[in-house]
Amino acid sequence: MLHDNTNKNEGWTEVIEPKRSLLDVNLKELWRYRDLIMLFVRRDFVSVYKQTVLGPLWLFIQPLFTTITFYFVFSKIAKIPTDNVDPILFYLSGITLWNYFSDCFSKTSNTFVANAGIFGKVYFPRLATPISIVISSLIKLGIQVLLFAGIALYRVYFHGAQISINETILFLPILIILMAIMGLGLGIIFSALTTKYRDLSFLLTFGIQLLMYATPIIYPLSYTSGKLNKILSYNPLTPIIENFRYAFFGIGQLDIQGLIYTSVFSITVLILGVIIFNRVEKNFMDTV
Amino acid sequence: MEVIKVENLYKQYRLGQVTTGSIAHDFNRWWQTVRGKEDPYEKITGLNNREDSGSNDYVWALQDINFSVKQGEVLGIIGRNGAGKSTLLKILSKVTSPTKGNIKIKGRIASLLEVGTGFHPELTGRENIFLNGAILGMTKSEIRSKFDEIVAFSGVEKYIDTPVKRYSSGMYVRLAFAVAAHLEPEILIVDEVLAVGDAEFQKKCLGKMKDVSGEGRTVLFVSHNMAAVKSLCTKGILLQNGKVIIEGAIDSVVKKYYGGERDSFNYRLCNYEVDGFHLYSVGVKNSNKAFDDEIIRDREIIIEFNYKLEKDINGLYFNIKLKDEEGSFILTTLSLGEINIDIDSNCIKMVIPAGFFNEGTFNLDLLVIQKNENGYKSYIQEPDFLSFDVLPEERPLGTWMGKELGFLRHTFEWKKLLK
Repeated sequence: MLHDNTNKNEGWTEVIEPKRSLLDVNLKELWRYRDLIMLFVRRDFVSVYKQTVLGPLWLFIQPLFTTITFYFVFSKIAKIPTDNVDPILFYLSGITLWNYFSDCFSKTSNTFVANAGIFGKVYFPRLATPISIVISSLIKLGIQVLLFAGIALYRVYFHGAQISINETILFLPILIILMAIMGLGLGIIFSALTTKYRDLSFLLTFGIQLLMYATPIIYPLSYTSGKLNKILSYNPLTPIIENFRYAFFGIGQLDIQGLIYTSVFSITVLILGVIIFNRVEKNFMDTV
Repeated sequence: MEVIKVENLYKQYRLGQVTTGSIAHDFNRWWQTVRGKEDPYEKITGLNNREDSGSNDYVWALQDINFSVKQGEVLGIIGRNGAGKSTLLKILSKVTSPTKGNIKIKGRIASLLEVGTGFHPELTGRENIFLNGAILGMTKSEIRSKFDEIVAFSGVEKYIDTPVKRYSSGMYVRLAFAVAAHLEPEILIVDEVLAVGDAEFQKKCLGKMKDVSGEGRTVLFVSHNMAAVKSLCTKGILLQNGKVIIEGAIDSVVKKYYGGERDSFNYRLCNYEVDGFHLYSVGVKNSNKAFDDEIIRDREIIIEFNYKLEKDINGLYFNIKLKDEEGSFILTTLSLGEINIDIDSNCIKMVIPAGFFNEGTFNLDLLVIQKNENGYKSYIQEPDFLSFDVLPEERPLGTWMGKELGFLRHTFEWKKLLK
């Protein structure tokens, strides 16, 4: 809790004042609380699966069932093509990536409301909470990527599914970081706004759902054309999904321009988010 | 050396529901700021006073608070509910920020506004020690090095790998306090932790706080428990309606707290004149103390009548009835036999042994009668003649700090008999 940003002459180590400058993120302090962040991650992970029979197996079940549902609804009934990619792998890849973004976004978006009890009693850098959510979702993503790899091997060997992994797969960590940044940025913006206006949390639930359909998860971007295609390419999530599918299935094309657009968007959102979050964290206890 | 300095601290709250109207207010506030004007809602803010149901939407929970705390001091912050104590603590612990003014701090602060903050019911005792410790600002290695101590202090060794949801509430609180007790901040802020837990827990809790202050660290303590405050604190501040009423030695602050809050007074001037008996004052006090001093329960208490006589008066009976605050009678006492007073005297007193009363507020009904050849004559008959508070004594740390039940707490003689 020691700050070094104060009047050294008088030896004060910390000054509590009404307002702080726009981007006063105390990264040093956040770093000092890294143990807390990791303990939050552990808590989130351990507590969810306590007293469940299947435990972490649920991490597999949810994307598998969604994939099967999508397979029947969109592939068998609606007959939406998947660019000659095995539909199971096509959907599973989309869902796996999408789940990470949507977890980061929706779980960080109620940071203040969900943690009002703790935040009202003790001080620690509030950003520790959303950051821990992003990290625990990352572990979940890692497990689900393993699932995806397993299913992919199974489909390739037993069903003759075609995959063609190329060197752009090395971009995968960047894609994931971009999703994390965007999800975190959007999430903390919403978390700051929902402290005063709870309406937004209702909006958010189906907003994220709609956003999924506005992202090429269940259809390839190439399936759309004209105006719709243009609108979809403005969605900063589109390049992430498309580039992953390019790297893994060899469909579509490498979209570096799109990635740059997404990077600029994500970083802007994160900075904006941190500014708003910082302003709200000082006084949210009075309004929450 | 000053370790905390509070300067011109203000805190404003909005009253009522924060709903649709708030968007308009937020917008207006923002617009005025953009135009470089003052916050339009700062001006219309009312005082923090619960009785005054003013029409203002905003209220100052704290106004112009100034005080400083030196290293090693134990500062008691007292005041009745709603005086702003908790708001002040919240600002000090950085849970919320002030509206104006600032607080300067030297050293690491840990605040205990609650024990067990962040405990997760599904996690085991062991896991929760680490989680709670980290929330309170300890690093993992700090916690690890104190882990055994914490477990021993809590006394729940056997259950340390059981989820805390299976703990009894006592075990839960003990474990939570054990973590908090092993924080090593330079400044410790404690809020009413005494309100929970049994006597043994209070004992540990206060003992630990005393240890902390003994090590040269600074403690800020908020409590309604005057016995604890007086025993623990060296200095105090009294808050009332969001303002500091008095700052100083703890005894004088506690005295002001009682004096400023009640309608009772230990001393009453009067003017009764019957048959040459002129009673002009009645008061209650500890022996060897003045009437405007507080009355402490473990010292001898005196009820004193001051009078002037024009002649000798014989056959007086003094009857005193004591009632509690609700008016139920607790005690009746009649002077033993007739009292004869002669013209040279001017004072008569009744002595109540030390420790007879429990702490509390007492109302006194006074009846003075004279027996003469025609029977009895009432001199003075005055219900609710005066009211006085008996305050808890200072207690050695490690003893129960709560209020004992009952109005009287006399200690009686116990005899061992051989049969």
